[in-house]
Amino acid sequence: MSKSETSIEIRNLYKIFGPDPKAWVDPVRRGMSKEELGNSHGHILGLNDINISMPAGKIQVIMGLSGSGKSTLIRHINRLIEPTAGSIVIDGRNILEMSEDELREFRRRGTAMVFQKFALLPHRTVMDNVTFGLEVRGIDKAKSREGAMRWIERVGLKGFETRYPSELSGGMQQRVGLARALNNDTSILLMDEAYSALDPLIRTDMQTMLLDLQKELGKTIVFITHDLDEALRLGDNVVILRDGSIVQQGDSQEILLRPADDYIQRFVKDVNRGRYIKIDRIMEPLNGTEAGSLPRLALGTPLEIAVKELSDTSSSAAVVTGAGGRPVGIVSQRSIMAAL
Amino acid sequence: MDWLLNFPQLDAGFLLNTKRFIDGSLKALTRGYGQSIEEFFYPLLQVLTFFEQVMIRAPWPLVIIAFAAIAWYAARRWTEVAAVVLTLVLIGLMGLWKETMMTISLVLSATIFSIAVGIPLGIVMNRYKRVGAAMKGVLDVMQTMPPFVYLIPVVMLLGIGRVPGFIAVVVYAVPPIIRLTDLGIRLVDKEVLEAADAFGCSRSQKLWKVQMPLAIPTVMAGINQTIMMALGMVVIASMIGVQGLGLSVLQAINNQYFTQGIFSGFAIVGIAIIFDRISQAYGRRLQQHRGTTHE
Ligand SMILES: Nc1ncnc2c1ncn2[C@@H]1O[C@H](COP(=O)(O)OP(=O)(O)O)[C@@H](O)[C@H]1O
Ligand SMILES: [Mg+2]
Repeated sequence: MSKSETSIEIRNLYKIFGPDPKAWVDPVRRGMSKEELGNSHGHILGLNDINISMPAGKIQVIMGLSGSGKSTLIRHINRLIEPTAGSIVIDGRNILEMSEDELREFRRRGTAMVFQKFALLPHRTVMDNVTFGLEVRGIDKAKSREGAMRWIERVGLKGFETRYPSELSGGMQQRVGLARALNNDTSILLMDEAYSALDPLIRTDMQTMLLDLQKELGKTIVFITHDLDEALRLGDNVVILRDGSIVQQGDSQEILLRPADDYIQRFVKDVNRGRYIKIDRIMEPLNGTEAGSLPRLALGTPLEIAVKELSDTSSSAAVVTGAGGRPVGIVSQRSIMAAL
Repeated sequence: MDWLLNFPQLDAGFLLNTKRFIDGSLKALTRGYGQSIEEFFYPLLQVLTFFEQVMIRAPWPLVIIAFAAIAWYAARRWTEVAAVVLTLVLIGLMGLWKETMMTISLVLSATIFSIAVGIPLGIVMNRYKRVGAAMKGVLDVMQTMPPFVYLIPVVMLLGIGRVPGFIAVVVYAVPPIIRLTDLGIRLVDKEVLEAADAFGCSRSQKLWKVQMPLAIPTVMAGINQTIMMALGMVVIASMIGVQGLGLSVLQAINNQYFTQGIFSGFAIVGIAIIFDRISQAYGRRLQQHRGTTHE
C-alpha cells in the first residue's frame, strides 16, 4: 500500500455555537474572549482562528483538556460540523465547497473515523461492522469479506468475526472500530479520543499497534487525545488547544523543551521527559574534541537511554553518531541532566 | 346575576341548525355514495372473511400446533409454548373455540394492517418535524376520543359488520405503533448516527441500516400495545356487528348470563396473555444485541 499523499490545510477556521454565529466572527477576530462571548452574548466560541498544516502520511496529534474544542475541530475535517468561517483544503480542494453528493463521496472514500465510545452498530456482528463502510459504498458483502477478514486478523480479533459488540471488552470493541475504519482504505484516518476510554495497559498496546500499522500504511492520521504521554508517543506533530485556540504547535521535542505557557508547562511537568526528548536536541558541536575514548550514541536516542549508557560506562560525555557511525556531535551528562 | 350562573351559550336555534346541517350532509353522503363506499371496501371485506374462514375451518390440532410453533420461534422457551397450548385447550373445552378464532382473526388482521400503516407513518412523523407535530395532535385525539363517538360516522357510512368493526379497531389500535416507531428512531444513539454519517451513509441508508434496526425493540413494544388495544376493542366492536368473543360477552350482558360472561371474559384474558407473552419475548430476544453496547 502506498503512503498517503493527502495533506490537510486548515486556514483561519472559526466555529461559534449559538443562534447567530456569523455575526460574532468579527468581534472574535478583533479579540473578544470566549468568556465575554459566552457570558454577555450567549454564544459559545468553539474554535478561534485555527491554522494547521497537517503533512501527508504523518500522525498529527491534537491535544487539550476536555472542552477545549478537539472534537469540534476533528469533525470539521469530514464536515460533520460546518465552520462559521475559514477554509479546509484537502488534496488541494476546499471541502467546504463540496456539494452534498460530493461530500458523501468524500466521506466514503477519503476519510474514515474512529470514535471515543466506539460507536459500533450493536445489531451487527464484528464482520458486518467491519464491512459497513464498503457496504455503504455499494460493494457486495461477499466481495468485501476477504479484505475485512485481513483487517480483523491484523487488529487481533481472529475468531471473533461472528460475535456481537456487546460480547466484547472495550479494548476489543475499539479494535473493531479501528478495523472498520481501516477496511475503507482511505488516506485520512480521524481518531477522536479513540483510546481515552481504555485501560492504561490496553491503551499502550493499541498505541503500539497504531504505530506499527502506520509504518506500513503511512496514512494521514489526525489523533485526538487529552493525554500528553499519548500525544508525545504517537504524534509526529502536536497541536495544543485551549478554549478553542491553538496555544502551541510543534513536534514533541519542542513542546517538552520550550512549553509556550503555564498551561502547557502544567501538562509537561508530570511527563517522563527522558523518554521523549532525544539527544539530537541537546547535542553540542564536536569542535575537535578527542572522541576516541568516549562511548557512542546514535542520533535519535532518547535521554533516558543515554543516561543509562553514560552511567554504565561511567563517563561524563558521549559522542553522537549519525548515518554510518560518523560522529556528528557530543552530549555531556551535565546537559542531559539540565534537559531532564 | 342570571348571566353569571348560566353560561352564555350559542343561540339554541343556531346550534340545532348546525347539528342538522352536519348530520344531514353526512346522511346525504351516505345515501349518495353509500354504494360506492361499500364497493371500495369490498376487497377488504373479502380478505377479512377469508382470514376468518381459514381460522375457523382449520382443524383445531393444526391451529394449536401453529400457535405453539410461533410461541417457540418467538420465545425459544418451553414454558411459553406450554402456556399457549394450555390456554387454547381450556378455551376449546369451555366451548368458545369458534368465537375465539373469530376474535383472533380480527385482532391479527387489524394488527397486521396497523403495522403496515403505522411504521411508515412513524417514520414520516420522525422525518418531517412539522407534519409530526400535526400528527401528534391527531393521535392524541384518536387515543382520547371515546370510541363510541367515532363509531357513529363509521356506522352511518358503512352500516354494521366486519369492515366497520375492523376500521374501529384499527383507529383505536394504530397510535402506539406510530408513536413508538418515532420514539424508537429518536432513541438511537447519537454516536452511532454520527458514525453512519462519517462513513457517508445517505439518508435512506441511515434509516434502513442503522435507525430502523436499532428502533425495532421499541417498535415491538408498540406492536405489543397495539395488540392489547385491539383486544380491548373487541367487546365494543361487537356492538357494531363483529362476531366472536366480544359478541358472546355482549349477549351475556344483555341476558344476564353471568357464567357465559365469565367464560368469554377469561378467554379474552387468555389470548391477551398469549399475545402479550409471545410479542414481549420476541421483543426481548431482538433486544439482545441491540441495546447499548457496554462501556
Ligand atoms: N453543538 C454544540 N452547541 C453548543 N456548544 C457546543 C456544541 N458542541 C460543542 N460545544 C462547546 O464547544 C466547546 C468544545 O467542545 P468539544 O469540541 O466537544 O471539546 P473537547 O472534544 O475538546 O472536549 C465546549 O465548550 C462545548 O460546550
Ligand atoms: Mg471530545
